[in-house]
Amino acid sequence: MARVLPIEIHDLTVSYQKKPVLYGVDLEIQEGSLVGILGPNGAGKSTLVKTIMNMIRPNGGYVKIFGKDPKIGMKQIGYVPQRESVDWEFPVTVMDVVLMGRYGHLGWLSRVTKYDRQKASECLEQVNMLPYAGRQIGNLSGGQQQRVFLARALAQESSVYLMDEPFAGVDAVTEKTIVSIMQNMKKEGKTLLVVHHDLSSAKEYFDQLLLLNMRKVAFGPTSKVYTHELLQKTYGGRLAVLSEMATEMAKSPELEL
Amino acid sequence: MATVFLQAEQIVTQDEFDLVDRAQRFLLLKDESVQIVVFGSVLMGMSCGLIGSYVVTRKLSLFGDTLSHAVLPGIAVGFIWSGEKNNISLLVGATIAGLLGISCLSILRKFTKVQDDSSLGIVLSAFYAVGICLLTRIQKVGYSDQSGLDSFMFGQASALSSDDLIGIIIVLLLISLFIVINYRELLISGFDPGFSRSIGIPTESLQYGLWALITFCVISSLQMVGVILASALLVIPAATASLLVKRMRSYLILACLLGAVAGLGGAFLSFLGERLPTGPLIVIVSGALFTVILFLHPQKGLLIKWIISRSENVRIARENSLKAAFQIIEGKSFEDTLISSQEMMRKRGMSSATIEGEIENLCKAGLASKALHQVSEIKLPRQTRFTLTPSGWEYACRIVRNHRLWELYLTNEAQYAPDHVHEDAEKIEHMIGEETVRQIERLLKNPRRDPHGKLIPSITDIQPVAISQET
Repeated sequence: MARVLPIEIHDLTVSYQKKPVLYGVDLEIQEGSLVGILGPNGAGKSTLVKTIMNMIRPNGGYVKIFGKDPKIGMKQIGYVPQRESVDWEFPVTVMDVVLMGRYGHLGWLSRVTKYDRQKASECLEQVNMLPYAGRQIGNLSGGQQQRVFLARALAQESSVYLMDEPFAGVDAVTEKTIVSIMQNMKKEGKTLLVVHHDLSSAKEYFDQLLLLNMRKVAFGPTSKVYTHELLQKTYGGRLAVLSEMATEMAKSPELEL
Repeated sequence: MATVFLQAEQIVTQDEFDLVDRAQRFLLLKDESVQIVVFGSVLMGMSCGLIGSYVVTRKLSLFGDTLSHAVLPGIAVGFIWSGEKNNISLLVGATIAGLLGISCLSILRKFTKVQDDSSLGIVLSAFYAVGICLLTRIQKVGYSDQSGLDSFMFGQASALSSDDLIGIIIVLLLISLFIVINYRELLISGFDPGFSRSIGIPTESLQYGLWALITFCVISSLQMVGVILASALLVIPAATASLLVKRMRSYLILACLLGAVAGLGGAFLSFLGERLPTGPLIVIVSGALFTVILFLHPQKGLLIKWIISRSENVRIARENSLKAAFQIIEGKSFEDTLISSQEMMRKRGMSSATIEGEIENLCKAGLASKALHQVSEIKLPRQTRFTLTPSGWEYACRIVRNHRLWELYLTNEAQYAPDHVHEDAEKIEHMIGEETVRQIERLLKNPRRDPHGKLIPSITDIQPVAISQET
């Protein structure tokens, strides 16, 4: 019997305020793969991630996580949101944030155990942030913030990870740390989907690439997909007719209130 | 409206007590009405502080304001419906109106492109206007028991009944219970809602729970502070706490305490004073606490910032006069180390009073000493003469060295023209650290001359001169 895929996407269409952002996307992610998601601004990369995480409802098609609906399946995914999506002035310490990664393992009303704290400390150590454990998160640099997010994800001990632009606006040291941790996770057999914005480094960082621009342009091993022709197709303007139709649909009266 | 305000509202007005007697009566909690008001305002302050912590950290301040205004028509309708000031019907009316207000906000947010702050403004004023119309109508028609209804506008603590007190206690218990059992979930859903949803925490339900509790808290505090000021108590204690703490747990405790102190202080002051309303006084005490902490905070306070910037200015002025002294001595080829205030005035372009003050400062800091006997044969009146002490001389050398090294660094390494570097060096000389100086020295291979051909003083070759002059 074939193993259930960690993530399976079939004919997925998602619209933002009546404007399609993803159109008929199919995707099958095998266990243990390290996938980079590439595409220009507005190509639907974050939308794809948010749909998998059940934050946006698709207009058509479906997402399955280990064969289950995202509503249930998303709990098996370690999610690393974009750094800008949270309020860094919030009254929590670095340790508090990493412990949040353990919350999924805790029942309602149960307390954070010694084991959870130890786990969190280990994860902080892995990203070289243990000395900052007691700091308020507002006093961190962008790279440090991203490493805290990564530590929280590690503390979740998931088998599948979804990362939304973990390399955006981080320093060189942090970038190196993230890459080596991603490699380690892959060695441990974890599945990683990473939204990425930098074409040149994508080639080194990922085994597989998903080129996305509203449609799935290509998906496969980096060596086969990272070609001039396919990249041109991804970044060289949106698919003209489709884009036109999308605009038309956006103009049509809003029926489904 | 003005008449309503003037009628407001102090706790006890029977007789003329003197202040001490009043304070005593207050502290002993002799009158039952005082007891109710004191407990009411303290407990209300605690509720507001606790739930306000979530209002402030989730940036819902305007939301709280809108909610407190939105309940007004509900109160009016509740009154019309029951025909009297029945607490239950008022509560039901207010709750329904509050929920209606929230629904309006959600609809505006979901289906229109109206910005959030505009939606809040629209709902706030529209509901408030409806409430005012209804209340005015009630007063005109003349219901039998309409007195006290207008206290919901501005609050009337003296009319607080034991039923109101029970309401306040129930709300405090509900809020505490909600926070205790959902502490972790509230923390994570407030900090990172997306992540919180992804690990299966019912983020939306928690939010509705918070909204409901904010509504109850506002309603329970209406009798005390009124519609307009209710939201102030949600915001101020929590905002004050945010100045002081870095973790949610201490945030909650502190906000709760600050709320209680404000409640107690307000009740106390209104009892002491003549014709002073309790609710507004609670808000004033709360605001005063905020202001005090804003100014006196040990690290981030405005006062400490002012002191630091002032002492910085003193240091910079001192360094500038030391530099001027060095340049005067340099102008005399390092032969005469005695400096007159006249020379300093010319060099610094400042008045004699300022220069005298600066010399005085240098002497106090042990960097200079005044010459007691006038060596010069030309005796000018009110002419101070001074020499630099060894430490003053070393300090002066260091500043001049910083200045000239930086100038050289800019011309050699950053390709500045020699006439562009002085102004920059004027600022850098005070800020550049020892480590950076060493770094530049290494980079420039211990230079001797600055871009203008002047000597870059190093301590080794100038110090002996100074000391020999000194002794």
